[in-house]
Amino acid sequence: MDEEYDVIVLGTGLTECILSGLLSVDGQKVLHMDRNDYYGGDSASLNLTQLYQKFRQTGPSENLNLGRDRDYAVDLIPKFILSSGELTRMLVHTDVTRYLEFKVIAGSYVYRDGKISKVPSTEMEAVRSPLMGLFEKRRAKNFFQYLQNWKEEDPATHQGLDINKCSMKDVYTKFGLEAGTQDFIGHAMALWLDDDYITKPARATVDRIILYTQSMARYGKSPYIYPLYGLGELPQAFARLSAIYGGTYMLDKKIESVNVGEDGKFTGVTSAGETVKAKKVIGDPSYFGAGQDLESGGKVRVIETGKVIRAICLLKHPIPGTDEADSCQIIIPQNQVGRKNDIYIAAVSSAHNVAAQNVWIAIVSTIVETSVPEREILPALQLLGNVLDKFVSITPLYSPTSPGTADNIYITKSYDATSHFETVVEDVFDVWQRVKGEKLVLKKREVEVEA
Amino acid sequence: MSNEDGPVKATQVKLVLLGEAAVGKSSLVMRFCSNDFNENTSPTIGAAFLTQKCRLENRIVKFEIWDTAGQERFHSLAPMYYRNAAAAVVVYDITKASSLEKAKAWVKELQRQANPNIVIALVGNKLDLVSDESGASVAPKSKPAAEEPANEAEESETDAEDDATPPPPATTAAAGDDSSDSLRQVSKEEADEYAKEAKLLFFEASAKTGANVSELFTEIAKNIPDETPTKPAAAQGQAGRRNGARQGADSGVDLGERQQGKKGGCC
Repeated sequence: MDEEYDVIVLGTGLTECILSGLLSVDGQKVLHMDRNDYYGGDSASLNLTQLYQKFRQTGPSENLNLGRDRDYAVDLIPKFILSSGELTRMLVHTDVTRYLEFKVIAGSYVYRDGKISKVPSTEMEAVRSPLMGLFEKRRAKNFFQYLQNWKEEDPATHQGLDINKCSMKDVYTKFGLEAGTQDFIGHAMALWLDDDYITKPARATVDRIILYTQSMARYGKSPYIYPLYGLGELPQAFARLSAIYGGTYMLDKKIESVNVGEDGKFTGVTSAGETVKAKKVIGDPSYFGAGQDLESGGKVRVIETGKVIRAICLLKHPIPGTDEADSCQIIIPQNQVGRKNDIYIAAVSSAHNVAAQNVWIAIVSTIVETSVPEREILPALQLLGNVLDKFVSITPLYSPTSPGTADNIYITKSYDATSHFETVVEDVFDVWQRVKGEKLVLKKREVEVEA
Repeated sequence: MSNEDGPVKATQVKLVLLGEAAVGKSSLVMRFCSNDFNENTSPTIGAAFLTQKCRLENRIVKFEIWDTAGQERFHSLAPMYYRNAAAAVVVYDITKASSLEKAKAWVKELQRQANPNIVIALVGNKLDLVSDESGASVAPKSKPAAEEPANEAEESETDAEDDATPPPPATTAAAGDDSSDSLRQVSKEEADEYAKEAKLLFFEASAKTGANVSELFTEIAKNIPDETPTKPAAAQGQAGRRNGARQGADSGVDLGERQQGKKGGCC
């Protein structure tokens, strides 16, 4: 290993694999390593054996009749892809779509007053939605029409609201929308996790609602798509992109140390007694001291910013009230259950080649607010009906303490509690900017002309 | 290539390449896809996969050929690589004994990870390096055995065995030449015996001269079942094939504006 690399990437989670792929395409010489013998890190999908091993240190229990091990690909982090979102754009621009197949998630639901209903996303759906009374429907219809017609350059369509300055509260007030309607607009469409957005400028919320409705319009049933065989396919596909452009892959490599020189700048990493040199290192927080006690004199490179609870639930039936959907997302807005953060349910099934026939995998997740997080997710668990088996984890989220430009050590963020990949892509853009000192511009790979 | 005589259906098939670094995996594909050879191919860069059609008597098999992109070097191939592969070409170098051992390990890996019905071909490359043999093996060309692919398709499980047992013309042609050269480290008999045992198709070939290259892919094509059968093994966990005709067809989506704009031509 006496070669010198431009960049060493540590960890094969999605963020790292996208960066690795983009850097290789950019002509950088990349060495990509992972301590595990599989791809994906925290964004891997596990088969049954791996799942039980991880949570129980035993094999799957026979009497649950879960079917064949290899039929399973259980995501550790529940997220869906917004079909008009940034990750989709990245997949298409890098041409990584050719390694993957996607399916639409069958439905998007929101919880209100004890039951779940489809999230309306057009004025037509708003008119039919049981979520609102007659007069509220008219008001919601006006609101959606306003968004549909809104054009940046045409002040007439702004109806006197400057959404860059006024708060979302002002917008809600203008259309006279009720609190319950605000809940589903802000949480099930704009996909905010809490209510902080209400007092902030409306622009961000409006953009998010438009993203949601555009994604919804793309394939109909829901705004989300999902890769067959699970989310773990995504990092693998970007890793292949990286490899195709010359990136070197080494799995199953324990990283003994990340080395810095006397000037404090990164020099290389040591694995199995061998040291590889590189100019820069990018990696997920777990390679930079996350969750470990600091050695004396060591530098604090990552800090905990919160905790997420995730409960992976195996079911032998679709989630009640979803019209037997093979997959869905359910959002429980915080106000509905007296919380500060929303609770999400993401469900997929054999339709996505991630479980045996007639098995559904529902993952409940939320940001931890109390000392008894398992109690916090009860409202969601109650919606699932009979749960065959359940795997609960409480995961700290980490962020880097510095941008890394001073020491050439660039650390990514943990996967947050949002239901989609928009923040993952934001992190990719952010790390790229830090590493390269310039904005990431997605260029389309030239595609050879068909002979 | 394309004389479109009537409704000839094209079966699209994912084929993966495996084998130790520098045994000539990419060169074999280059020879097959563009009938070209480069003495000093750099380790594979920049090609996601190549496509090439193989015309049989009653149908066309369109190979979508995946190269390892170097990910085999430190045993870091992703499960995605094997996913839905209907065929695999496992390559070793007949002038390097250890490469056959490596090939055997890949066959094991395929049997563990891949679709149970996968057609595996073992290929000893660099036949040109062992002098006169190459000439001998190219000779019997003439696409003879395209006869009964339909029958073969029915048999599914034992396909590979049936066709590997009476291996194609090349095998019988050059058996005696082994002693005539010193570069050879893997005898044809040894590899052939292993191939039979493991139920693999077997060829010795040369990417450089082209010897046995198209024969290899034609033989694989013939062993690919005609239709993706609805037998349990293939149906389960194999839901969406990449073909236009996906079963169920429910809510699969095509992200690309363009799509299917892949490279390659056909034979």
